[in-house]
Amino acid sequence: MRIFRRIALYAALSLAALTFIYPFLWMASATFKPRGEFGSLALIPEHFTLDNYRTMWARAPFGRALLNSTLVATTITLSVLVFGSITAYAMARLRFRGSPVLNAATLAILLVPGQLTLIPLYTLIVQLGWTDTYAALIVPYLFNATAILMLRQFFLQIPQSLIDAARMDGMSEMRILFTIFWPLSKPVLSIVAIFTFMGSWNEVLWPLLVVREAHLMTLPQLLTVFALGGGAGSVGVSLASAMVLVVPVVVAYMFLQRNFIESMAGAGIKG
Amino acid sequence: MRAEQRSGSLMAAPYGLYLLVFAVYPMVFAVVLVFLQWDLVTAPTFAGVDNVRLLAHDGRFWRAVANTFVFLSIHVPLQIVTALGLAIALNRQLVGRSFWRAAFFLPVVISGAVVAILWSNLYATDVGLINRVLVRIGLAPVPWLTDPATAMPAIAVMVTWKNVGFYVIIYLAGLQYIPRSCQEAIELEGASAWQRFRYLTLPSLLPQTILVITLSTINGFQLFIEPYVMTGGGPLRRTYSVVLYLYTNAFAYQKMGYAATIGVALALIIGIVVLIQRRVIGKAEAL
Repeated sequence: MRIFRRIALYAALSLAALTFIYPFLWMASATFKPRGEFGSLALIPEHFTLDNYRTMWARAPFGRALLNSTLVATTITLSVLVFGSITAYAMARLRFRGSPVLNAATLAILLVPGQLTLIPLYTLIVQLGWTDTYAALIVPYLFNATAILMLRQFFLQIPQSLIDAARMDGMSEMRILFTIFWPLSKPVLSIVAIFTFMGSWNEVLWPLLVVREAHLMTLPQLLTVFALGGGAGSVGVSLASAMVLVVPVVVAYMFLQRNFIESMAGAGIKG
Repeated sequence: MRAEQRSGSLMAAPYGLYLLVFAVYPMVFAVVLVFLQWDLVTAPTFAGVDNVRLLAHDGRFWRAVANTFVFLSIHVPLQIVTALGLAIALNRQLVGRSFWRAAFFLPVVISGAVVAILWSNLYATDVGLINRVLVRIGLAPVPWLTDPATAMPAIAVMVTWKNVGFYVIIYLAGLQYIPRSCQEAIELEGASAWQRFRYLTLPSLLPQTILVITLSTINGFQLFIEPYVMTGGGPLRRTYSVVLYLYTNAFAYQKMGYAATIGVALALIIGIVVLIQRRVIGKAEAL
């Protein structure tokens, strides 16, 4: 009886896992199939071809989009880590006027749905003359309330004696943060880094609003425009363009699953 | 003390400035925009309560709200059942536990745009994977995304599939908090598996269930890329979402005042719905 139940459990888990993995495998294999074969359930293409990738690469600036996405997501992640830490350090460990207000404001913006400020932010970007610039994609994301709260929470737990000793040695607050706090904060820094990077990498609504020029588009945006505008022309080509976005993420995910899950689940609950 | 004051203010100043420009100002200006008519080219004009009056009678807006409720009525219960089921299956000694967890979480890390493009192909009527399977086992193919009756449910199932891994993690965390002693006690009492689930597991997981309901509801109101990519809001506007309507007003019609009004209305609706849900759950719990 016990053994049968065990087998049934693993069979059910395998079926569930297959439901989540198979569509992506099918997608990957479809990109190597010629036009006639897309409907097939088989994962190994009968006639292997790279034409979908060639067409995709020739028809839209996906190389440039990959560069844009990497640049935007990396800049935002670095900023959220560095400036977020500086802010969180001040909020957690320094007494100054305005600290309670900042804290309350940070909690409050987490409660406001992004759609409320979407249009005013967009008109702001237009008035600043930032449409079709990297600034429009990056500047509104330079700080992140969830990240600041997480870092602040972590910084609160570091013993005061470390700060006191460092101050006796004449260290500045910035040096205390980056030479004493940061090495102790690797777990929370990696959590913040992953969800910030992934959030930016996958974001599509904001770029759709502020960028119209193809060579400034991020990957998910170009992918959407390409698929909707009929530029792809076939399933294989449109899925091949999706692969540019997916492959780096899946490779990183395979090596760092535990960190990804901890980070993206944690941020979702906090945010 | 003075030095601490000074470095504190200096270190927090950039964030304070950021909050003013990118959080406080947009929130205030959202409310101002409600009373304006503005195409971003000519100067904005004062419109009184025109936007609000228009919105109150805008069939397209209310269609989108109604569509969202259709979406939620399928998505939220399905999300709870699937996430809870998978979490309970995972919450035991298993070979390759981290593999199963990672497999369920995979769609969470993939961009919504990619998932939408992928599933448009899975749902395609003639060559879609799902219909191929149906035909193979002797069933009739279903026009998933082109039939007004099935389009929104199809999207709701897809979104549930994409997010379930995230909610599994929430439930797994909750399951770990159920004390071993309680489990042993109820087993000693001779409770069946169903009784254990009904009287121990389910009530213990109430905080997680509330979280799942709240988060999946908010997420549902923010539906955008899925209908944008998969159906364009059709067929017969049955998959038109509020955010898609907001985006269309801003991007295609250049109506900033009206788009902002939709945004404010959406934030209010989300707030009200979440509050009502909390109330109802609170009452149910008291019974």
